[in-house]
Amino acid sequence: MNGFEVMRDENGAVSVLRLKGFLDAHTASDLERAIQKLLDDKRFKIIVNFKDLTYISSAGLGVFMGFIEEVRTNSGDIKLTNMSPKIFRVFDLLGFPTLYEIRNEEGQALDSFHNKK
Amino acid sequence: MKNAVNHLRTKKKYHLRIPSQTENLEIIREFVTKIARKVGFRDEETGKIELAVDEACTNVIEHAYGQDDRKLIDIEVQIDPDKFIITITDQGKGFDPQKLKTPDMKKYLDEMRVGGLGVFLMKTLMDEIDFEVKGGRRGRKNQVRMVKYFANQRS
Repeated sequence: MNGFEVMRDENGAVSVLRLKGFLDAHTASDLERAIQKLLDDKRFKIIVNFKDLTYISSAGLGVFMGFIEEVRTNSGDIKLTNMSPKIFRVFDLLGFPTLYEIRNEEGQALDSFHNKK
Repeated sequence: MKNAVNHLRTKKKYHLRIPSQTENLEIIREFVTKIARKVGFRDEETGKIELAVDEACTNVIEHAYGQDDRKLIDIEVQIDPDKFIITITDQGKGFDPQKLKTPDMKKYLDEMRVGGLGVFLMKTLMDEIDFEVKGGRRGRKNQVRMVKYFANQRS
């Protein structure tokens, strides 16, 4: 184990990635691969659940910036949920809340995908 | 309790020399956070120090040393009575401190560029930050010095 794990779940048209451990310049490529796989599978409605993520650096945030354009071009979105205050602070410092939908609970992000179809 | 913490804040130095590899970021973070907690920083401030040091070392690994994993990074933590000083030194390419303008975040995020947010975070998270290039006969050194004052946290 790398200190970081991504688990993938499907919920209808929505794919959920659950992150565990720490996301830094070493582990960011694992998340990159997981998201690339979703896009290869034409899964563009994505929820990323941060509940078990203990740490993130800008290398981790960069992954989301790298994919969001392609996802939105394909009528999808990446919605972020269940961040601890520590993780949210980093997203907040870099201005992400104006760019990404960040929800407290995974269910809220699911609802917002379903209400939009 | 206050006396115990003050005792820990007498002048001390810690030094870690470690190969320039992203897998070592975890060890670097543990090294710095252990010391930060020990001298009495609360979780939030410890988290800021942890992230600032990670960003600085990530820059060294990916830019200064261009991913040459045989090179070494020196991380020195100095405890002064009033402050916590971290100095990160490499012998890599370095960069021009003049170019370190605060990025225009709106423009930055609009363009969806990847990476390069590290310096912005380091400046935001720490109380002071200086970049220095030191030339010498044995080659040049790049140094980032970051300071966090104890007084700035309410304990």
